[in-house]
Order: sequence, then structure tokens, then C-alpha cells
Amino acid sequence: MTKETSAIAFVNARLIDPATEYDGPGSVIVTDGIITDVTLGHATPALPAGIRIIDCDENALLPGLIDMRVKTGEPGHEPAETLKSASLAAAAGGVTSFVVQPDTDPCIDEPAMADFILRRARDIELVHVYPAGAATKKLEGKQMAEIGLMAEAGALYFTNADEPIVNSKIFSRVLNYANGFNALIAHRPKEPWLSEGAVATSGEMAARMGLSGVSPLAERIMIERDLGLAEMTGARFLVDLISTREALGSLERAKAKGLEVFASASINHLMFNEIDIGDYRTFFRLDPPLRAERDRLALIDAVSTGLIDVVVSNHSPEPAEHKRLPFSEATPGALGLQTLLAALIGLHHENDIPLIDLLRTVTQNPAQLLGLEAGRIAKGAPADLILVDIDAPFALREKDILSKSKNSPFENRTLQGKVLKTLVDGRIVYEHA
Amino acid sequence: MTDVNDLIRTRLHAFPKRHFLGAQDLDPPDIANLLDLADVFVDLNRQSTKKLDLLRGRTLVNMFFENSTRTQSSFELAGKRLGADTINMSMKTSSVAKGETLIDTAVTLNAMKPDLLVVRHSASGAAALLAQKVGCSVVNAGDGQHQHPTQALLDMLSIRRAFGHVDGLTIAICGDVTHSRVARSNVILLNAMGAHVRLVGPPTLIPGDADQWGTEVYHDMREGIAGADVVMMLRLQLERMDGAFIPSAREYYRFFGLDREKLAVASKNVRVMHPGPMNRGVEIDSDVADDLSVSLIQDQVEMGVAARMAVLASLAARLENDR
Repeated sequence: MTKETSAIAFVNARLIDPATEYDGPGSVIVTDGIITDVTLGHATPALPAGIRIIDCDENALLPGLIDMRVKTGEPGHEPAETLKSASLAAAAGGVTSFVVQPDTDPCIDEPAMADFILRRARDIELVHVYPAGAATKKLEGKQMAEIGLMAEAGALYFTNADEPIVNSKIFSRVLNYANGFNALIAHRPKEPWLSEGAVATSGEMAARMGLSGVSPLAERIMIERDLGLAEMTGARFLVDLISTREALGSLERAKAKGLEVFASASINHLMFNEIDIGDYRTFFRLDPPLRAERDRLALIDAVSTGLIDVVVSNHSPEPAEHKRLPFSEATPGALGLQTLLAALIGLHHENDIPLIDLLRTVTQNPAQLLGLEAGRIAKGAPADLILVDIDAPFALREKDILSKSKNSPFENRTLQGKVLKTLVDGRIVYEHA
Repeated sequence: MTDVNDLIRTRLHAFPKRHFLGAQDLDPPDIANLLDLADVFVDLNRQSTKKLDLLRGRTLVNMFFENSTRTQSSFELAGKRLGADTINMSMKTSSVAKGETLIDTAVTLNAMKPDLLVVRHSASGAAALLAQKVGCSVVNAGDGQHQHPTQALLDMLSIRRAFGHVDGLTIAICGDVTHSRVARSNVILLNAMGAHVRLVGPPTLIPGDADQWGTEVYHDMREGIAGADVVMMLRLQLERMDGAFIPSAREYYRFFGLDREKLAVASKNVRVMHPGPMNRGVEIDSDVADDLSVSLIQDQVEMGVAARMAVLASLAARLENDR
């Protein structure tokens, strides 16, 4: 890792900036951690004497990715992942900001814990790491957590992580209370009783494999409740990890009503379907479980139309002892920080969706939802930038995985889109060897 | 020398209704009459001989189904100073505890022929129900989360004596409005008197439709009390502090507790009120509560006796007229 505090000029680049909908040639000057000049077109900007010049060779210069849903193991489960190892994986994957889920041990349900995460990230000095605060104390779904104090301490949004808040009255109060701080509340549409014990999506596949499944309609049942509560309270609400076609219909109706509701989807559910669990490979044991192909296609369509606002990696490191188990006994979750960008580029190639629209879900949209200055290439914005060879193919080998855990569903797959350089606040935190 | 009782009788206006159940029972002239009369009682209460005989021969019954120290003793003192025979029925240890219904209690009580019945009950509408069943005048001393009209009247008296008027003042009522009968009565009286009323608190403690009460609603305390002439703090019940309506006492204090720093954005001549009992260090700093240059909290207790004397005397005058 090298550190740069002086000025750098990125010339001869292809700029892709969803915020201004620009995809074309250009140059960017970075000074003291800030983007100080953006020149569109082939013209070379006036360069100050002594500036370091990086010829991008027509590779893509993008805003660094913002990943809204990441788990590390720190604090509490450091054998799985630390904030440092996750930050290294993020930098290599072009993710310059990520938000950690509050289900750590102890969980992030009070301001001192939010402060701990921010302080560790400052010490590690790689990418930006922000905490999401717990919506309820100890994530138990019983008493609301200190949303105001955590927001003040730097928590960017509030969620009960993977445990739904079952009691509707408590959840409505959380939404209502958060409104006073204009705080964003995220919630998994996971119907607790129908989902209990399920390790797959119900259907022919799960039945044949002898795995207990949950109906995709369970997600619609819960999303209808949640959107109803969002309407009742007028809260800023994020449907966290939408994964079924049925639920998308509910989301579409709520958005049409003008509610301040948003939705995220995990990259895994855009890339894989239930067929992938066919050989009981536990790296595909996910929560929510992988869905049918028609769900996957509906999700891709929703991302391309903007119905789904945000794509997340849902990075969930699990060590071998949690994965080398029979499918139904394995802990759900997959890595994603290092492969999020490449997977999106893959979606672009396979589905003919403009790359800029896919990138919006990991730059401009999360930045707006979270109130971050990053996620755009504009004068005055923080210099969180990545230089990417969009077309370069690579295969992800286990030895390339920078996370402490190795449970990547992309292992040994050929991906496209190599990150050449990652800048955070103008510092080069990753360079492709 | 003219007797002071006769002097007061010349200033006495019969209460507009037979019962005092809610702030809506009073029109602006009634409020002004009551406040004028209460001013007289304030002066009298500060003299060494306080006893009057305006209610001589009258029986006042204090019926408190909920524990109360200051309101009950305030009514008791008011009745005694006016010369009424005053008894306190502590309903917690009475036949109610043995399962008697509110109506049965009322019928029993009615047989004793009281003239004035002061009621506090934990259920909204309890005072109105009793009023339908008894022959005497009923004064609502707090019914559930509905109203506490004599508290609003004494607040009005405290404000008018501090500022000389109520109309045109900006009053910020802060805290747990949802569960506050004090707030509901105050909103009505303050609006009737021409004040600008703001409600300040987290969304979980302000009723969703409170903006239709002729008030402005704020969820940020600094915005809510900016430029306010009066900051009226409400008590936060302990059982609401542990995650049901707000996350914790410390978070509440941080965002909605009244301290010097927040108070600095209010009007230069701001006055602070609290109906008591206070949770010091939760909704209000002692530093502010005990500063007599801004706090009216002690005045409120003194005004309570005078305001209740005015209400009781006016209701008795009404009884006289009805006879």
C-alpha cells in the first residue's frame, strides 16, 4: 500500500459517473483527497507543475463502490473476518465504502459500539467503514435501540440485521421514532414462522433434494406488512434483500403511492438461482435462499428499471467449520466484497443492461440513501475512485481471496473486470500487481 | 369595614357550566373572569389570615382514584380556605379495591349529598361519567390521558402574571404529549387565549394528528423552542423510558431534556414551567428548574391553590343561582 497526499492527474480515462449520467472520455485531477477538476472529452486539462500523471489508457475510472450490507467478524467472530481483512478485500474489489451490519458480538446497539467501528476503520486506514445501528436492543425485537445517539455517533442507518422484528407494534414505533431523526430503517421481509427451519426455496428442486423449503410468498406476506407500517408512519424505509418476483409487485405499488421506500437486492440473487444448490454446495446456502430463475430474471429487470435502488454484496464470511457441513447444517452466507464489481460487469455483459445503470445501484443511490458525499465524480467530492479494466477476464482462485474466510460462490469462475487501482480520499489503497 | 367575603362576591361570576370537566367548558371571557378572581385569591393567600366563608355549609369531596400529592392537597387547601367542609376519600383503600364499580361508588356518594366533587381517575372520560350520575358539581382533577383543566387554568394564571398577558405569546409544550392530560387541556386554553402553541417531542410521544389541534409540531427541540416565550415541560413516566416509546432516559435527555444549551435558543425572557413531579436529569436539568429567574415551577404550585379556589367559588355561585 502506498500513500499519496499530493496531487494526481488521471488522464486519458473513460469516465463513468451515474450521478451525471456521463459515460465517455475524460480526465480527473485529485488534490489532497478531493476531486478538484473534472474535464470531459479528449482535451487534456491544464496540469500543475510536478503533478503525478497516471495515464489510464482508456480504462474506466469510476466512483468507488458503496456496499450497504457487509458483515465482518469484528468484534466477536474474528476467526471469520476482521475489519482489516474485509477492508483489504473491499479495496481489491473496488469497494471504497462499506456499512457493517450490527449483528456483531457485542452488537452495535449503542453509540460506543458505533464509535468503535469508526475508530477501528480510521486506524486501519484503507477504505471507509461505517456502522449500521441495531434497530432494537440486542437485536431482540423487543425494545427500540438508541437510534438518535447512534445516528449522532455516525451510524448511517438502522436495521435488525437478519432477524425480523416480529411484533408489529414495536416495529411501528421504531419506524415512527426514527422519523424524528429522518433516519433510514432497513428490514428483512422474512416471515419468521414460515421461514423457520427452511434452507431452500420450496418447489420441485427443494422437494427432490429433500431440503425443507420456504414459499417465495412468505416474502410477500412480510413485505406487505412492512410497507403497510411504512405507509402508516411515513418513515424512510429500505426493504432489505428483496428476492422474489411476488414481493417486487408489492414494492412497485408502494413506490407508485409515493411512499419514501427503497429496496436492496444481493448480488448473489442476481447471479445465481436454486439450481446452483444442486450439488449441496454450502457456499450457495444463503439467506434468503436462492430462488427460481423467474425470480432472478425479475430482480435483474427491477435493477435495470430502478425499482430496486441498491445492490449489495451481503458479504457474509463464514469459516470452514461453518461451511464444511451438510447443506442444512451449514451457516448461510457468502463472500462478496471482492467480487461485487466483477459480478455487476458480468450482468452488464450477459443481460445487455447499460453498465452505468448497474453502477448507479452501488454508487449514487446508496450515497443518496446514506447521506454520503462519495459515489460520484464531481468537483469537490471525495476522491474515492477506482480504475478498472472492464473487459479483462480473470478467474478467482482461493489464494486470491483476501477475506479470512474463503466461502466465495465465485471461486474458480471466470469473471470480467479487473480493478487496477483503488483510491480512498486520494490515497492509493490498492494497486493490481 | 366591608367584609372581604362580600368584596369577593361582587367580583364573582357564576361558572358557565354545572361541571368543570374540560378546558372546552370555558370561553375566553370565562377564563379572564376566573383568572381575575384567582389574582384576588393569590393576594389573600399571602396574608396571615387566609380563611374565607364563601363556601360555608358546602361539602367538598376529593375522590382520588389515582395517587396524587400536590393536586389533592391543593384542592383540599382551596376548599378549606373557602370555608367548605372538605373530606378526602382515598379510593385506593376503599370499597373500589373491593370491586365496587365507579357508578356504584357514585350512587353511594350521592346519598351523602355533597355539593362539589373533585375526581381523579386513570380512565379517560371517568369524570364525565360520574357527572351524569351525581347531583353535585363535578370537577375533573385529571381523567386518564384526556384532560386536567384546573392545571391548565393555573398554568394560564402563572403565565399571565409573569407576562401580563397570554395572547400573542409562543408557548412550546415539550415531551410526552401522547400520554399527557395536562398538554391536552393547555392546548385548548392557550388557543382560546390567543397564544401560539407548539408541541415538541419525538414522534412516538406526539399524537399523529396533533397538528390538527391548532398547533405546530416539532420533532427537533431546538427548532421547537426557538424564540419561545414559555417552555412548558411535561413529565415523562418512567415506564415509557425503557424502549417502548423512547430508547432510554439518556437518549431522551440528549435530545429532549431541557438544559441551558437548548434553552439558549428560546426568547431572552423565556419562562420555564413543569406540572410536576419532575424527573430531574431526564426531561429537565436542575440547573434550569431551580433558577428562579427563568423557572415558574414554584409559582405554579402557589397558583394552583388560587386557581382552584376560583373554580370552586364560581361553581358554588352557580349552584346558588340554580337553586
